[in-house]
Amino acid sequence: MKILVPVKRVVDPYAKVKPLPDGSGLDVAGVKFDVNPFDEIAVEEAVRMKEADPSVHVTVVSVGTSESEEQLRKALAMGADEAVLVETGDPMDSGVVAAELEAVVRQVQPDLVLMGKQATDDDNNQAGQMLAARLGWPQATFACKIARAGDHIEVTRETDAGEETLRLALPCVVTTDLRLNEPRYIALPGIIKARSKPLAKQARATDARPKSRVTTMAAPPPRAAGRKVASVDELIGALRERGSL
Amino acid sequence: MRLLLIAFDPLDAVAGAGFAQQFGAPFDIVQVTGAPVTDLGAGTVHSAGLETVPVADALAEAVLGLAREATHTVAVSAMRSKDVLARLAGHLDAAMVTDVVAFESPTVFHRPMVAGTVVATVEVLETPVVLTLRPAGFNKADRSGESAVQPLAVGEGRAVRLSQTVRGGSRPDLSQAKTVVSGGRPMKDAETFERVIGGLADKLGGAAGATRAAVDSGIAPNELQVGQTGKIVAPDLYIAAGVSGSTQHMAGIKDSKVIVAINKDPDAPIFEIADFGLVADLYEAIPELMQKL
Ligand SMILES: Cc1cc2nc3c(=O)[nH]c(=O)nc-3n(C[C@H](O)[C@H](O)[C@H](O)COP(=O)(O)OP(=O)(O)OC[C@H]3O[C@@H](n4cnc5c(N)ncnc54)[C@H](O)[C@@H]3O)c2cc1C
Ligand SMILES: Nc1ncnc2c1ncn2[C@@H]1O[C@H](COP(=O)(O)O)[C@@H](O)[C@H]1O
Repeated sequence: MKILVPVKRVVDPYAKVKPLPDGSGLDVAGVKFDVNPFDEIAVEEAVRMKEADPSVHVTVVSVGTSESEEQLRKALAMGADEAVLVETGDPMDSGVVAAELEAVVRQVQPDLVLMGKQATDDDNNQAGQMLAARLGWPQATFACKIARAGDHIEVTRETDAGEETLRLALPCVVTTDLRLNEPRYIALPGIIKARSKPLAKQARATDARPKSRVTTMAAPPPRAAGRKVASVDELIGALRERGSL
Repeated sequence: MRLLLIAFDPLDAVAGAGFAQQFGAPFDIVQVTGAPVTDLGAGTVHSAGLETVPVADALAEAVLGLAREATHTVAVSAMRSKDVLARLAGHLDAAMVTDVVAFESPTVFHRPMVAGTVVATVEVLETPVVLTLRPAGFNKADRSGESAVQPLAVGEGRAVRLSQTVRGGSRPDLSQAKTVVSGGRPMKDAETFERVIGGLADKLGGAAGATRAAVDSGIAPNELQVGQTGKIVAPDLYIAAGVSGSTQHMAGIKDSKVIVAINKDPDAPIFEIADFGLVADLYEAIPELMQKL
């Protein structure tokens, strides 16, 4: 079985970032970048499937500038077998990403595409579903459990009201949610081994253009500063005064 | 311009129609479950009349023809709508804007990004466009008129649903509740969460919510997670107990009218956005609060 895991380089989700004063983008000076946390969960899941069945082969792919090589190396260090970098500095929206990933799917021919439910920078939650539609493959988004069952997989997914389990024929697209697993800590031998794993760089395969663009980024309106109350009684009084109770 | 509102149930139809009316273009509704709501000013309500929402591939294909005739296909933001509408956008090869909170024109929208640390202005370069929206930013629906009703057939999906757990119980829906009480990591276990957080929520007629930390450790069920990657709430009153106030959690609560924080650490970041902060042990403060209310 072949698994393809798309990974995106994103600004460290734990860093405090702000828009640039002129609104042209994010101020990322001095901020670290990392693998999108949901993609890290996807890599972890794929590697666990490989550990359970050595015939599983895991390819990771990123669409972006040469800087994304750092995130692909991290995925290799976690245990992925090989990496593909679709190298581009072009502006992209999730539609362009899905178009490029479709081309990589045709090249790699995976049985399963395992990816994040959303990138923590754009918070789009789009590319996986768009890719599934383009390929005409079934999808299971927000996965919290994946089990193989012959030429099918069973995916338990989080829903607005609880959980559900879907049975999908391969090939299919699955997107990960937070509770699927806890990604491993990468030990030094993994990092050293990753340096010699194959990482292929290739140019874009499509001429898809973004259909939307971010024109400005602004800080959200600040909330008026509140105050501390000294006791439960004072809290109840303050809430009554506001009409909240 | 023509708008298609995908409503997953009757409440969703009402929540989404406020936007549709404000947008000002003629609109139709696809209503997936429940009895069709016909007094929202839509031309036609295409009613699937199902008991549960079908799997994404089946639903996306069922509405594809209608979406092709619309300039804007919209739905209220939720996991179910993101699942289906992004797939629909893929079929249409259309632009998509997630979590719209305001619009300037039919092609210019505002939406939060990066866990709500920025509000982006997004320009869509061509139609059709697919949107999910947060209803808190738009007008409440005006209920008048009479729509025609048409049946909508939904075929079998390629994904097959084997089982489904629908929790919920007696409390109001988290995304629409007027009062929300949330608990975080210090809740000892599910029973304590239910007794302390659930108890106060019930006392106030509200919904219970949780942080990721509480959900990850099995203290609260997944559908209660509030935040960047969970539910977005906009109640009149949000009470956060034992919640530090991470960027990811705050992304989900910023539109609350009044935020109360109960935390024993006076330096917890939640106090920076709370209207009223009480530095206290929640296991003492909440029982006292319940007794005095
Ligand atoms: C990709 C990604 C997505 C995420 N999405 C979300 C999301 O959607 N929602 C979300 O909530 N988080 C999300 N997180 C997690 C987030 O970063 C924080 O880890 C989480 O919100 C912390 O939860 P917490 O406040 O319960 O726990 P903590 O940060 O551990 O805070 C616990 C607080 O309780 C206080 N406390 C302890 N005991 C008591 C007591 N007895 N009485 C009163 N106060 C007490 C402490 O002082 C502390 O401030 C996400 C993280 C990532 C990386
Ligand atoms: N540039 C990219 N390269 C590789 N994968 C990506 C890229 N952008 C998005 N993805 C994948 O698509 C998922 C959803 O992204 P988004 O639609 O941007 O929220 C991410 O979790 C990744 O798995």
